[in-house]
Amino acid sequence: MKSHNLREKGVQYLLTALAFSALFGLLLIALFILKEGLPFLTQVGLKDFIFAHDWEPQSGKFGIYPMIIASLWVTFGAMLIGAPLGIACAVFLTEFVPRPVMHTIKPMIELLAGIPSVIYGFIGVIVLAPLIRTHLGGPGLSLLAASIILGIMILPTIISISTDAINAVPNSYREGSRALGATRWQTVYMVVLKAARSGIISGVILGMGRAIGETMAVIMVAGNAVKVPGTALDSVRTLTANIALEMGYAVGLHRSALFATGVVLFIFIMLLNTLASAFVKQEIRRR
Amino acid sequence: MMRIPAKVNQAAAATVMALATLLTLAVLIFIVVFILEKGLPILSRTFLFSVPRDMGKAGGIFPTILATIILPLLAIALALPLGVGTAIYLTEYTRESRLTRIIRFGNDCLAGIPSIIFGLFGFLFFVTLLEMGWSLLSGGLTLALMILPTIIRTSEEAIKSVPTSYREVSFSLGATRWRTIQRVVLPNALPGILTGVMLGIGRSIGETAALIFTAGSSLRLPQSLFDSSRTMSVHFYILAREGLSTENAYGTAAVLILSVLSVNAVAYYLMHRYMKKNA
Repeated sequence: MKSHNLREKGVQYLLTALAFSALFGLLLIALFILKEGLPFLTQVGLKDFIFAHDWEPQSGKFGIYPMIIASLWVTFGAMLIGAPLGIACAVFLTEFVPRPVMHTIKPMIELLAGIPSVIYGFIGVIVLAPLIRTHLGGPGLSLLAASIILGIMILPTIISISTDAINAVPNSYREGSRALGATRWQTVYMVVLKAARSGIISGVILGMGRAIGETMAVIMVAGNAVKVPGTALDSVRTLTANIALEMGYAVGLHRSALFATGVVLFIFIMLLNTLASAFVKQEIRRR
Repeated sequence: MMRIPAKVNQAAAATVMALATLLTLAVLIFIVVFILEKGLPILSRTFLFSVPRDMGKAGGIFPTILATIILPLLAIALALPLGVGTAIYLTEYTRESRLTRIIRFGNDCLAGIPSIIFGLFGFLFFVTLLEMGWSLLSGGLTLALMILPTIIRTSEEAIKSVPTSYREVSFSLGATRWRTIQRVVLPNALPGILTGVMLGIGRSIGETAALIFTAGSSLRLPQSLFDSSRTMSVHFYILAREGLSTENAYGTAAVLILSVLSVNAVAYYLMHRYMKKNA
């Protein structure tokens, strides 16, 4: 009997320790990226790092302003494409087609979420960039190409989370609205979408996080020129691309600058995550 | 001013949304079909089972297939005990509290971290600080951290959906909490946990950014876990980016897509069966 109790206690302590593994991992990651990047930031100065336009590591110029702007534009462009398409898909699948149809199409879309990002990037290079080059001009590999590819990549995330949010709206809401004489569509945009709002928004924010953090696909399609884009057809380099492109050979201050770029990216992502989880909480509280 | 009748409005909205859905499906299917159409004809026994020559310009992709099998399995072996342990703790050993909220928040944040950051961390911590070098081990550890949130979340869902009555029966027979978990809860949650495992494997197979800086990109057959090796994703990226061989790139992409889709299909099959059983 005694040994039983001992084992129970032991297991409980072990599981408690394991439960902190993810949190511990997160802190470890934050700590190490900060440790490599912060000395650089204090040396060069945060302002000179994020507002300077010139990135010339050979001559000691480390300004990531063009990359920050590029990352924001690419993410914004991806949202412009991914959010309306994804939400429309989610509404159509949940409210306008019979359940069996939804249960075939939704898994198909989620299955395709598994397509590796390098493949999306490759399609961008082989199919999309030439189309842009011949029909709209410019180099093809551009802000526009990156936005479209990322917009497609985040569709499954947005569709999956939005569908769940819409499905979680109680049926009585819909019945109440229909009983008052509203059509199906009026019910959707006046009742269902309002009730599912915070869930849908958190899906969109998670999609944003995925877009701003995507690396390989963006490296392949964005063109990677370090300059503030004038139009959507310009070649751009994002924060993630900057890290991945130069990490292989960077040394000294250059290397530290790349880790500092990582710090900036990390902060963006943590802000988005906090925002997303705030919306999820709001949803739970209202239920 | 003329009001548009509600019925017309509805028809227009439904049409627009139907088109959006069709467009989404069409794009995703196009990507798969495009790659398979160009890649499948390249596949042959020699392509799959021989070693690459001339930096991958010629020859097969056998070492990259091997790495694509070893790395995800390594990651699962490391992440599964941690993930399931966390899930058991969160569902069976504690009530909702500030502490569990912090653990969940940490988990959500970890899930949102971009793979390039995992790559940087793996490079600093496993490759450099722990002196593992560019190796399968460094890559596996980095991937494990990356898929941990998926494993935790799916395991938690799976364990939560085991009916309370099962536990009560086990307790009433005199079983301890841990024994109940071992004999009753975990076996019933197994298909759900496996779903998470398959999703984790799927994500690992497709990963590139986190692996380039941790597992490296050696094309040699790995002799031990301390050897560097590139997965199919990394190989495909290098072939495509440096324009080494379009043919071999398409072939590699086809194998890559087929493996990811089949792993994910198994995950969904398990999840579906599981949901039916518990419905």
